[in-house]
Amino acid sequence: MIGFNKYYNKFNILSISLVVISLFLLLFKGLNFGIDFKGGSLIELRSSDSKINVSSLRDTLNQLDLGDVSVKNFGNETDFLIKFEKNDNKDVIEIIKSSLDKSFGNNFSFRRVENVGPKVSSELLKSGIIAITVALFLMLVYIWIRFEWQFSLGAILALFHDVIVTLGLFSLLGLEINLSIIAAVLTIVGYSMNDTVVIFDRVRENLKKFSDIKIYDLTNISINETLSRTLITSVTTLLALLSIFFFGGEVLKGFSLAMIFGVIFGTYSSIYIANTVLVRLRVSQKTVLRDDDKS
Amino acid sequence: MLYFSKLRIIFIFLISIFFILFASSNFFKFSNGLINKKINLGLDLQGGSYLLLEIDNNPLIEQKLQNLTITIRNYFKDKGIRIKNVKLLDQKISFSVEDQFKQAVLDVFEDEESDLNPYYPRFKSHQLNIIEENELFNVNYSKQGLIELKTSSQDQALEIVRRRIDEIGTNEPNILKRSNDRILVELPGLDDPMRIKSLLGKTANLTFRFVSNNNEDSFGVEKLQYEDGSEEAIVSKRIILSGDNLLDAQPRMNNETNETVVTFTLDRIGAKRFGRATSTGIGKQLAIVLDGNIISAPVIRDTIASGSGQISGGFTFQSATDLALLLRSGALPAPLNIIEERTVGPDLGQDSIRAGMIALFIGFILVVLFIFIKYRIFGLITNLALILNLCLLIGVLTIFEATLTLPGIAGIILTVGMAVDANVLIFERIKEESRNEKNTLIAFDSGYSKSKTAILDANITTLIAAIILFFMGSGPIKGFSLTLGIGIFTTLFSVYFIARLLTVLYISKNKEKEGLI
Repeated sequence: MIGFNKYYNKFNILSISLVVISLFLLLFKGLNFGIDFKGGSLIELRSSDSKINVSSLRDTLNQLDLGDVSVKNFGNETDFLIKFEKNDNKDVIEIIKSSLDKSFGNNFSFRRVENVGPKVSSELLKSGIIAITVALFLMLVYIWIRFEWQFSLGAILALFHDVIVTLGLFSLLGLEINLSIIAAVLTIVGYSMNDTVVIFDRVRENLKKFSDIKIYDLTNISINETLSRTLITSVTTLLALLSIFFFGGEVLKGFSLAMIFGVIFGTYSSIYIANTVLVRLRVSQKTVLRDDDKS
Repeated sequence: MLYFSKLRIIFIFLISIFFILFASSNFFKFSNGLINKKINLGLDLQGGSYLLLEIDNNPLIEQKLQNLTITIRNYFKDKGIRIKNVKLLDQKISFSVEDQFKQAVLDVFEDEESDLNPYYPRFKSHQLNIIEENELFNVNYSKQGLIELKTSSQDQALEIVRRRIDEIGTNEPNILKRSNDRILVELPGLDDPMRIKSLLGKTANLTFRFVSNNNEDSFGVEKLQYEDGSEEAIVSKRIILSGDNLLDAQPRMNNETNETVVTFTLDRIGAKRFGRATSTGIGKQLAIVLDGNIISAPVIRDTIASGSGQISGGFTFQSATDLALLLRSGALPAPLNIIEERTVGPDLGQDSIRAGMIALFIGFILVVLFIFIKYRIFGLITNLALILNLCLLIGVLTIFEATLTLPGIAGIILTVGMAVDANVLIFERIKEESRNEKNTLIAFDSGYSKSKTAILDANITTLIAAIILFFMGSGPIKGFSLTLGIGIFTTLFSVYFIARLLTVLYISKNKEKEGLI
């Protein structure tokens, strides 16, 4: 049996500092919002001329007065991703097309064009925030119905930890937040909850079975009993996600990366946050039995 | 938990076959017409354009109120009440009347049978609100009045948008209402939406009006620019003809001048008016105005009684074709703005499908190998259930002809990763149980029943996330939540019916063996 409980304090301190650092990052560095949430335009180009590079493209585009233009390679040397703030000119894509044709000859194919107006982007941001809030709230309700309040608190703290730290990591690395990241965050919420509930289920079962074991050791027993399941499921989920990350194309990179972080944090938090909350709230056999008497 | 009746086994078998047939109809063609459904590919996979248009109703409201000022004035004039100080500001009409008529005016506006101010009994609201303030009446649209106006302008705009898109002839466009002032247009297979965008961006409000050289016109005049921006002209506000009177418009080559023109045919009323205007206005310039710009202003040389004519204005063949198309399909009630655009080229779509399939294949192989190494014979059962799970998932998507997006493929891959969770929970529990229980059947049975709550919990939490995503998310995200959500149900089916059945069949033959799992 692995003595997970020996490190409860150390990892609690680590988690609290991670959350604090993440909040600081989110507050002061902020998130790198993509055009979905900030508004603006995005063009994915493929050039048939390998001599064209990022800097020559950037020079041409800078002459067009598009505001803040970013040009990056996208996946490989001949694919480019151009992003700029919203330009009021309706025909901006046409202008860019003709200007690129003039500078480089007709060597481009426009693989993807996205244009999100300021109104739509603020609506998308709002509905994204609402979606995550509603998800957290419904999880809270669900777990509240299923378990005693001490368990709910533990699960919710674990959820907040996962969401905040994942977003903090995105802020730290400057990774882009777009619509698919919202989907990833919600899936992380589901996954982390899932992991926590499986361990809690066992804690509850054991609480009813053993009256003489302290919660400190009882959580450790439960974690160990469910450990192989926790690990196997994390591994298969990570295998699927890594395969999306490496082979699923550029568009899904951010999504799968967020999910990979989330699965790792989710597995960690169900062991080291959810359970320690039970320990710190001194959950005992009485907590679960009293509830059964009521019903 | 281990007993399966014959009937149930047949039932499971039939359901599996049913879904496998539908799933396979995506890859093979069946000669019978029964199973010819297919999963739709989303715009991000097949390529195409997604446009979200917003109707700018402000000009329409202004215009309606402008007309209303005249209606109000005439309405009360008939009743012997003089309306004074009429002003239109900030979408509000203000006017005053003499004190003794105040109540009469209010009564008209608040009468539920009023034909000046329609009443909507369902919403207990009038079309217009009237407030008395500093000796002035302020009239503006009520909340319900605005909703009615927006809904009807949305209906009209939708119709016009559909006509314009149909004229161009793209395959299977999807044109839908969104809230009460937006229209969503999905155009599969279209990789350059430039032409459609420019066609949808035009209101196409066509009017014929006289150019007036003096400022004395009883209808008022306005200064308008020529379309090429070169000149300006003063044009009367009196509308001789509008686009509503047009029956048809076609691009033509004028053989005499060797110029591309747009010829048009008028309806009966239009022809009559056009005839009268051209007979009285010989020598005058008739301006043809499109969306506030003058296309051309030819001098009238002769009475035109035939009810047809032509518009010239330095068109190319393309621009003449587009103008004719716009005139044929009619004017939008209000200008449209494109507030969101997403276009994916077909080759990127192809690349995405390929990448998604490779990721699915590799993810699947990795998971299957891992599970087989971990659980051997029971791993094999889990994997078989996983394959069937995939078939069921694809089968369900096919039956509903659901739309598969790239995030949707990610949802399928994620389902592969998470689907084994339930079987892992069960097998791990069985392992634990068999430490204390020597009877294999009892160990398996209690393993299944004791892991049930954890499995349900786990799947319900994921389902909550998927449902929220489905209702809150847009486009591609919806696709992700759909596959993730359906995946939960197919997973539960494959775990509790298929994998359990196979497990039961296996252990009932091998129950004497020790250390089965």
